[in-house]
Amino acid sequence: MNAHGTVHKYGDNVDTDVIIPARYLNTASHQELAAHCMEDIDKDFVKNVKNGDIIVANKNFGCGSSREHAPIAIKASGISCVIASTFARIFYRNAINIGLAILECDQAAQEIRGGDEVRVDFDTGVIENVTTGKTYQAQPFPPFIQNIVTKGGLLKSIEK
Amino acid sequence: MGMTMTQKILAAHAGLDRVEAGQLIEAKLDVVLGNDITSPVAINEFEKCGACSVFDNQRIALVMDHFTPNKDIKAAEQCRQVRGFADKYDIKNFFDVGQMGIEHALLPEQGIVGPGDCIIGADSHTCTYGALGAFSTGVGSTDMACGMISGKAWFKVPSAIKVELIGALQPFVSGKDVILHLIGKIGVDGALYRSLEFTGEGVKSLSMDDRLCIANMAIEGGAKNGIFPVDDVTLAYCKDRFQREPKIYVADEDAVYDETITIDLSSLRPTIAFPHLPENTHTIDEIAPGQIKIDQVVIGSCTNGRLEDLEVTAKILKENKVAKNVRCIIIPGTQSIYLEAVRRGWVEIFVEAGAVFSTPTCGPCLGGHMGILGKGERAVSTTNRNFVGRMGHIESEIYLSSPAVAAASALTGYITDPTH
Repeated sequence: MNAHGTVHKYGDNVDTDVIIPARYLNTASHQELAAHCMEDIDKDFVKNVKNGDIIVANKNFGCGSSREHAPIAIKASGISCVIASTFARIFYRNAINIGLAILECDQAAQEIRGGDEVRVDFDTGVIENVTTGKTYQAQPFPPFIQNIVTKGGLLKSIEK
Repeated sequence: MGMTMTQKILAAHAGLDRVEAGQLIEAKLDVVLGNDITSPVAINEFEKCGACSVFDNQRIALVMDHFTPNKDIKAAEQCRQVRGFADKYDIKNFFDVGQMGIEHALLPEQGIVGPGDCIIGADSHTCTYGALGAFSTGVGSTDMACGMISGKAWFKVPSAIKVELIGALQPFVSGKDVILHLIGKIGVDGALYRSLEFTGEGVKSLSMDDRLCIANMAIEGGAKNGIFPVDDVTLAYCKDRFQREPKIYVADEDAVYDETITIDLSSLRPTIAFPHLPENTHTIDEIAPGQIKIDQVVIGSCTNGRLEDLEVTAKILKENKVAKNVRCIIIPGTQSIYLEAVRRGWVEIFVEAGAVFSTPTCGPCLGGHMGILGKGERAVSTTNRNFVGRMGHIESEIYLSSPAVAAASALTGYITDPTH
């Protein structure tokens, strides 16, 4: 499984309230949630994001609320992968469970800039910044986690 | 090598003699929780995967607390969906308007959760029940759906930070000041993926309300769970309340901790977290009188909507008036706390002071309803998060504090030391 896209870059402690503000949690519709993704931290995100794009952020991405609406909004907006120095634990678990690919890699998170073109190989954990030519090694997920993400989420992975 | 309290509870629920940090286990769940925001997503998943039964209709709690009484049509539809699900599967612990309270105030009060339990909830503040000596953690809706179906969840066994409490709190200093102080010290990701295990002789001086408040905000330090030892205070609280037999787990003498942090409770001062992170803490002594002007005060939430919180608020507001141009909103955690506030005459004090007293709801804490902030407005709030836009406009500001600081500030219109 691979991802290839343009980077949207954010800093430390991007919380779930800015990823999807609670005022929009009166719906579980993926498309409605995607329409407000990142609204309180980057009002142009929805306008600029293209299918396959990648979010890169620093430490503790997704901290705060347990709302699964946050990774759902990101995935439904077209983002193929989130790379961060670290993830808050509930977001980490939720992202895997709904089939949003994520990777932890501090050096990549520090060095990659907004607008860079990045390619990710989930089998090997290699992150390549096509713009700068630099590559980074993240810890790839074990096959059973990759299977969940590839199938599109935990429940889809256990469906008979 | 011994186990921490958290590890012992997880081992017992996984049917293992011992576990160690980093190990992946599957544990049996005692309770699975959801609310009116997270349950609809879980129910959609539940139905999509073709499930047709729940693991135990007594062990699932569905609490309609976030956007209730329904704030708009969409919120009403979400509650309607959950109500239909609760009806279809005969969920015993379904709490609708009239019985409901804020989930993390309600479940301990109703004796649905207790010592030794292993609990997941599709709400990040599910870690609150650690105050009762349970392993309890927040998850997302998919985990909730799987939990409702199977009664199980997988966990990575966490390592722990030991928080050694000594001494006793000064008047007008409370559990909220303890947890804000700790988060200020370790940062919002200081306990990421780990347990915060509270221990030490200082624990015994802390009331159940203080402990519930402290465990509630473990997530704000990034922790997987926060947990307290079970003592006489816990057992007295659970007596005639907890629906099952309490199970007491004690950390091994030789349990291994990543680090130990000691907090002298007697040295703590009222502590406030400035915008826009719970780690931006300052003591009241660092704030000059008249320095920080406020527009709104919120006293309530799963962090501070309990009886002691309303008691100190009533004590401070009694025979006083809320400052001009300050909106003071007081929200009890549950119906029984509401009723008790009526019986003790506190509601009269609140209304005479010029505050409003609401039905239980999470409401303004997450910018849902009942006290949204406008552009440039500033609130002192006893809630748990002060992220950008959390309570309304992205240019509004939230200062997190104890109920004592919030009530004292309501009277002056500025962040104020309640000990004065």
